[in-house]
Amino acid sequence: MELDPLLLSRIQFGFVVSFHAIFPVFTIGLASYIAVLEGLFFKTRNPVWEKLARFWTQVFAVVFGMGVVTGIVMAFQFGTNWSNFSQASANFLGPVLSYEVVTAFFLEATFLGVLLFGRNKVPRGVHLFAAVMVAVGTFISSFWILSANSWMQTPAGVEFRDGAVFVTSWMEALFNPSFPYRFAHMVMASFLTGGFVVAGVSAWYLLRKREVEANRKALSMCLWMLLFFAPAQAWVGDLHGLNTLEYQPVKVSAMEGLWETDTNVPLLLFAIPDQANQTNHLEIGIPNLASFILTHDWAGQVPGMNEVAVEEQPPVGIVFWSFRIMVSIGLLMIAFALAGLVLRRGGRFAETPWFLKGLTYMSITPFIAVVAGWFVTEVGRYPWLVWGEMTLAEGLTPSLTGGMALFTLIGYVLVYALVFAAGVYYLMRIFQVGMEDTHTGDHIDEPHSAKRPWSGADVTLEAGGR
Amino acid sequence: MELIDLALIWALIIGFGIIMYVLMDGFDLGQGILFPFAPDEDARDVMMNSVAPVWDGNETWLILGGAGLLAAFPLVYSVFLPALYIGVFLMLTGLIFRGIAFEFRFKARTSKYLWNWAFAGGSILASFAQGVVVGNYIQGFAVENGVFVGGPFDWLTPFTVLTGLGLLAGYALLGSTWLIMKSEGYIQDWAYKITLPLLGAVLAVFVIISIWTPFVNPAVWDRWFSNIQIIWVLPAMTAFFAWVLFRSVQKRQDGMPFVATMGIFVFTFLGLVASKWPYVVPPDYTIYDASSAWESQLFLLLGLLFVIPIVLAYTAWTYWVFRGKVKAGVGYH
Repeated sequence: MELDPLLLSRIQFGFVVSFHAIFPVFTIGLASYIAVLEGLFFKTRNPVWEKLARFWTQVFAVVFGMGVVTGIVMAFQFGTNWSNFSQASANFLGPVLSYEVVTAFFLEATFLGVLLFGRNKVPRGVHLFAAVMVAVGTFISSFWILSANSWMQTPAGVEFRDGAVFVTSWMEALFNPSFPYRFAHMVMASFLTGGFVVAGVSAWYLLRKREVEANRKALSMCLWMLLFFAPAQAWVGDLHGLNTLEYQPVKVSAMEGLWETDTNVPLLLFAIPDQANQTNHLEIGIPNLASFILTHDWAGQVPGMNEVAVEEQPPVGIVFWSFRIMVSIGLLMIAFALAGLVLRRGGRFAETPWFLKGLTYMSITPFIAVVAGWFVTEVGRYPWLVWGEMTLAEGLTPSLTGGMALFTLIGYVLVYALVFAAGVYYLMRIFQVGMEDTHTGDHIDEPHSAKRPWSGADVTLEAGGR
Repeated sequence: MELIDLALIWALIIGFGIIMYVLMDGFDLGQGILFPFAPDEDARDVMMNSVAPVWDGNETWLILGGAGLLAAFPLVYSVFLPALYIGVFLMLTGLIFRGIAFEFRFKARTSKYLWNWAFAGGSILASFAQGVVVGNYIQGFAVENGVFVGGPFDWLTPFTVLTGLGLLAGYALLGSTWLIMKSEGYIQDWAYKITLPLLGAVLAVFVIISIWTPFVNPAVWDRWFSNIQIIWVLPAMTAFFAWVLFRSVQKRQDGMPFVATMGIFVFTFLGLVASKWPYVVPPDYTIYDASSAWESQLFLLLGLLFVIPIVLAYTAWTYWVFRGKVKAGVGYH
């Protein structure tokens, strides 16, 4: 079989970016949570808030470090595998991506160090300020990345001349049509991720009766936050979907598994899309619902895959099922948030075993939902790299062979698997050691260093004494 | 509207970023290269502690360089990276392993030896790959219409292997002179002992490269020998710093060997740039051919002018805070 450098490059980019994305999506939410904890501690002087802030800052340090390590590759991927695209779009994407690096650089060089290591060295107000600035910095970072990505989905503010992009309006390009929706959707996904991880870990501690007061407070906070954000995310997601319908209708057709433009379109709960025969098998759906959601009219007309040529259709199966996984998890999140509200009477939310166990498992779901969501939007734009302007095939590095792409794909998978295993193992160690002030030989007193995020965590790699 | 030569300003910024990166990440990659040869585990602790507070910040210059090239000189970015495809992968793998080893070795007890290997292997791989990039820059690239058209292993020639080994020796030299400055006792003695052989290796590679270059790239030969020019100051300065290094090691001075090694690197770098200027994608494309649009270069420059001074000030402050000797067994158990 001939190795296809295009397919392999797509898989490699998808793998590297999915893998990288799960770290920032968590740290963005967690940074805001830490800032809130620091604010509460500043205001009330209640040591419980400080205990929580200290503990979650350690976790933040490790996850942030993993994000930095896995992110290095991203800065070079555009050039190695998508050199034609890089060159063509550099006038816009170059500065935007550089600004992201500059933001992260700036953040790491200034406020992160104070947050991680300055607790007893700077005035409380300054420490709180640093925590807030780190949270703000994570948003600025994601602003640049999502602006770049949204521009590739709905390009604006540029003109294409001699095969290259020239910026005519930075404002229009940065704030392109899909940007506000994508940014809001992603920020809320970050809050949900941070919320469900903190809730899950707190629940895990509560089940083991460890640091009950602190973890109860943490869980309560999270549940209030999730009660607001889980339903709000469904609403923002819907707005994002309507925006996609306007600018990338064929992506919506794939999400709905709709092959032919039709009215009274059902919302499919289950189907096995068959791209070769342009049809679905085993359809189960709710009549008229898709029409209603997308057009706010039970009989509304929804565009199908037949609006574009067969070779311009995205792979329906992946988009269709990724979308369903994302939405199912979203609904599950809303259910847990509501259950938390019901269990609040008599404070049962912190004692009901099935609820706590369920929350522990829920802590993994936001990551799956985020990756699934990105699959929908990224696979769904096939065959376009820059929507309507440049295809994936046109953007590929011309000199790239299938063998080279396969070699690096396998390489990155192996390297990232090792990094991931080591990082997750270490995170589990931090969770096991917990927030109690114990002296079991599980802590180390290495010199803390502002330039190395991980020195913000002081749990040993192996359990037990030294 | 193009009143200012932004391409030139950007060339200076990127050049500055590269030399910052090479000097700063060079000495900590050097610790990794020398790691397997260290006298004992205590010495390794000292070596790692001497760079622990700064290495992560050092590496950020590389990422900034990568992104900055895409923004300012997209042609460089979109030719170098495809041409060096496998080499870039090896470099990134090396840097990732080194980064992870840094973090875990500090926290490890029984698994320490594994992280030693990851640290050394990662550093050696990354350094070699960076040296290969230098060789490719001298050698030039097969480019047609702004697109790399060479094969997957064009980057790996006897010449580039030599430059790879040369940079490996160079980083090791930066590492050993850094260690002279930061250590004492038997560890410093060891660092003194290996410095002159490393200097010998670096100079030997320089000589071979100088003789070999005209066969690889005649244009460089013309630049240096067509008529006697002011640029001969640069290799003369390199030789001068090599002599300073030799003398300061003999006199067992503390800080001078490192300063002299930085001098060798700076003037070698300037000599390399002088050989090629104004070509950035040899043999055909100048900085002006490789530039992005004027307004794009300006848009990013405004942000960088604000951030770079702060980053430099903060970097200087970090080095000031962590100045002085690293003592064996202190702050690390």
